[in-house]
Amino acid sequence: MFSTDTVIHPLGSTSKEREPASYAWPAEGLAAVPDWIYTSQHIYDREMERIFHGRTWSFVALEAEIPKTGDFKRSYVGPTPVVVARDEAGDVHVFENRCAHRGVEFCRHSRGNTAEFVCPYHQWTYDLHGDLQGIPFRRGIKGEADSGMPREFRNDQHNLRKLKVQRLYGVVFASFADDMEPVEQYLGEEILHDFAVVFKDRKLKVLGYYRNELPGNWKLYQENLKDPYHATLLHSFLVTFGLLVAGSRTSMMADPSGRHGTMASRKPDDVTKIVDGNTAKEMRAYRTDLRLADQRFLEFIPEFDSPWTVTMQTIWPNFIVQRELNTLGVRQIVPNGPHSQIMIWTMFGYETDTEEMTRHRLRQGNLMGPSGFLGLEDNEAIKFLQEGVRRSPSDRGILKLGGTTEGTGGIISESAIRAMYRHYREVMEL
Amino acid sequence: MKVPGYEQQPIDARLAREARWDVEAFHTAYCDLLDLGNIEHWPEFFTADCLYIITARENAEADLPVGLVYAEGRDMIRDRAFAVRHTQMFAPRYLQHFVTNVLIRAVAHDEIRAQSNYQLLQTLVEGPTTLLQAGRYYDTFRRVDGRLLIKERRCIYDTTLIANDLVLPV
Repeated sequence: MFSTDTVIHPLGSTSKEREPASYAWPAEGLAAVPDWIYTSQHIYDREMERIFHGRTWSFVALEAEIPKTGDFKRSYVGPTPVVVARDEAGDVHVFENRCAHRGVEFCRHSRGNTAEFVCPYHQWTYDLHGDLQGIPFRRGIKGEADSGMPREFRNDQHNLRKLKVQRLYGVVFASFADDMEPVEQYLGEEILHDFAVVFKDRKLKVLGYYRNELPGNWKLYQENLKDPYHATLLHSFLVTFGLLVAGSRTSMMADPSGRHGTMASRKPDDVTKIVDGNTAKEMRAYRTDLRLADQRFLEFIPEFDSPWTVTMQTIWPNFIVQRELNTLGVRQIVPNGPHSQIMIWTMFGYETDTEEMTRHRLRQGNLMGPSGFLGLEDNEAIKFLQEGVRRSPSDRGILKLGGTTEGTGGIISESAIRAMYRHYREVMEL
Repeated sequence: MKVPGYEQQPIDARLAREARWDVEAFHTAYCDLLDLGNIEHWPEFFTADCLYIITARENAEADLPVGLVYAEGRDMIRDRAFAVRHTQMFAPRYLQHFVTNVLIRAVAHDEIRAQSNYQLLQTLVEGPTTLLQAGRYYDTFRRVDGRLLIKERRCIYDTTLIANDLVLPV
């Protein structure tokens, strides 16, 4: 069911969606999150302006999706439709998917190859850089008074709106801000380290896409992957089959700014050695008597120079890098109003993969995505949370696990979420 | 869109009629079982060496192999049935399958290749009944002891943007 299909308390019908009497953050500070950051249209508008259209880098494409001259894809920066295109010199350009003439969203295909972009309404044409090339009847028609464009009209003053672009290890980032620091600096040393493990010196092979609407605020997805506490509790599949249990070697790292994070874990070699009776009691799902019928699913084939078998990277504000055993993918968050986000998943392997390795990645892909054993549970939980905060008169959630630390923390801690909200409050002036 | 292996082959009219009857009977039994919520018996419709994939039409058209669900062999179907029944957390829901437009593409020895359209209607607690997915089955059936079993099922959906998630089998 899409969020717009809601019958009981349809969107727009609850008081929480209107402007709150006050935007004062709760007195508890970062130990609490006010509901209005998830429900208010005013807050959402400010987020679009200050975060997604502000001084941030957004993921827009993998270079492997557009390898050849003229290749393009539709993408988004925040909620804004953009086109990503590769030119004759191999450079990548990102521009608004909006004709400079009347505003038509001209590029309608998810991906393709073209020599130029033609707006279907009046056939204004743009090259692969987003520069205006031609206008039909620019000089008007003979014998008609005041026909065509004024004499002083200049094509180069009517190009598509271009975004700043940087490519890093085959990943394309774009920004509406033209004074952005390099992506390496934006990510910071620690985040860059695990990012490089997946992308540096690797040629990617795209395996396909999933797309879904997730009826929850976009920040909830960022939070979910900065929340190691939920992993062994919500995802009983992980626990039941021994992929991750409380006591596994894990790390929840936040970058110094607080906005990015890496949740990492190592698949236990022998679960029974790390789960004692007490831990087992806390994890309701933990079972020693169950095994998968097809054990290939749980295999980890070492292929990275890393102590971790799983790293989930949250890169502010719209980007997730998933390395879950051998299933690899990126997720792009497209905010879609306070109560919804669109998630675009691009799954990939490497060009050097054997056919069997590709199939192993595809089999393990059952963990993630909108039908994945982990992926679908996250989507359900986030939907429930959004409904809870939107419909109830209570006004806040609490983030008290792990005390008052903000930043890198343990597995039973909300420290990385607090760090994200410290950064958020600064940018949003809340 | 072309799905390799499902091109139309010339078929004797009587064989085509019989195959169509058997495939429609299969669909009816399969949908009945799933729609009543008996997911633990779902694996019984498959051969041990089956392939079962659900994927978006955009992937099929671009020849991209990913599956929203990707099961190689009946054991992976069993594991999914077990997970949905026992480990997965999701809001309670009902699903109804409607299968039509059965096309018999090829009949040979003990195998039938067929294409059918499907619609999935989902009902959540206190929600409306909504169209969850419109798609096509590309099926290869094998006749085992007189009964059809799925050797290959590719569920290719047009509904690119999924409404949150797809939990129950297609």
